Amino acid sequence: MWKAFVRWFHRMASPPHFYAAASRWTPWFFWSAIIVIAICAYGGLVLAPADYQQGDGFRIIYAHVPSAWMSLFIYVNMAISAAIGLIWRIKLAHAVAASCAPIGASFTFLALATGSIWGKPMWGTWWVWDARLTSELILLFLYIGYMALRSAMEEPSRADRASAVLAIVGVVNVPIIHYSVVWWNTLHQGPTVSKIGEPSITWAMLWPMLGMMVGFMLFFGAILLTRVRGEVLARERNSKWIKEVAVS
Amino acid sequence: MENVGIFTAAARLVERDLKVIFRHVSEALNPLVFFVVVATLFPLATSPDAALLRDMAPGVVWVAALLSSTLALDSLFKADMDDGTMEQLALSPQPLAWLLLAKIVTHWVVSGLPLVLIAPLVARGFFLPTEAILPMMLALALGTPTLSLIGAVGAALTAGVRRGGALLSLLVLPLSLPTMIFGARATDLAGLGEDPSGPLYLLAALLFLTLSLAPLAAAAAIRISLD
Repeated sequence: MWKAFVRWFHRMASPPHFYAAASRWTPWFFWSAIIVIAICAYGGLVLAPADYQQGDGFRIIYAHVPSAWMSLFIYVNMAISAAIGLIWRIKLAHAVAASCAPIGASFTFLALATGSIWGKPMWGTWWVWDARLTSELILLFLYIGYMALRSAMEEPSRADRASAVLAIVGVVNVPIIHYSVVWWNTLHQGPTVSKIGEPSITWAMLWPMLGMMVGFMLFFGAILLTRVRGEVLARERNSKWIKEVAVS
Repeated sequence: MENVGIFTAAARLVERDLKVIFRHVSEALNPLVFFVVVATLFPLATSPDAALLRDMAPGVVWVAALLSSTLALDSLFKADMDDGTMEQLALSPQPLAWLLLAKIVTHWVVSGLPLVLIAPLVARGFFLPTEAILPMMLALALGTPTLSLIGAVGAALTAGVRRGGALLSLLVLPLSLPTMIFGARATDLAGLGEDPSGPLYLLAALLFLTLSLAPLAAAAAIRISLD
């Protein structure tokens, strides 16, 4: 079992093999993402009851919470791929890390934008220096720093390894930054979703949210595979198999 | 080549770095002057009202310290990268992380320690209560080495980049935020007459964490910048 996995992993690390596999998988990820998101959007926007305090305004959580969750997930994902690339010198892992950054930054931006739109009716202002919004903003800065470092280096192999070190340093720092900001300001309403054992929201409200997370993950998978394919094409533009792919 | 122990090697590196720095004393003083000038900007940009300045004092001192430490970082590895000294250090039998730590400590003694010593003057200008001065200096003494260590990783990553100054700040400032938060909070609590030991312990914890991990990350980054 383990041996089979290792063999599969090594095969995937070869760009032509990955390129072909990614081309096959992308539509599956894409269409399942569309279906899951559509069902959960119906569940969240129509079937779920209105909140007794926030009315229909709370429904933005079906976009806000999954994107905030994705922004962190993608950062960790990026750091792990970067570490794999740095340790085992797998170029494809670096390509995955490089492709993660703009997607993660977009989800971070989406989380900030929806948080701010949600804040307008709930807090009465577009922005408050609340702990979670602030740490999300700092996460956006971390993504921007990562991308800026990449683009500052001309040589791809050096950019890969330098940005990998930065991603690893960043992922060690993310929890410290998060808890220092929470400590700095504990003003936000308490977490409602993490208490899976004893949810403080009803099942009718909860399932579309959990489903949305799955949908967002699938969507991330589709976008990531597409971006990595583009990255592989750009990096391997001088190799023979690209010609075969391009001609066929 | 004679074989020297790691402590001798570090001592010689410190000696050499100090010699280089003292040949350009005015350059070494720039971050210190920058710190005082940035602090002076705040009353001019807001108002000379004593109550307002007293509330702002911890924040101003820490923002100025953070900016000044970031400014000083640019010169940390640059000259050694340009003239090939860094390659010799990387080739030497002593671990590169250890040698970089020696460089960072020297850098802090020249650029961070003066901030700790001049901060009381700035704090008096902002009407910070006298009993808050000592906790503030302690917080700076624990916090500025952390800033230098985190900054060293950024400086090592951008050492091979032309015009890396703005990029360096973009990389380092978000990572330095926890230090700034705890440092300003310790000063704030002391100013209000409360016990600042909580944030001070956190600052010490951050210092030891970065002391153990940052030189390794900086060494990895320097090796990447070298080839």
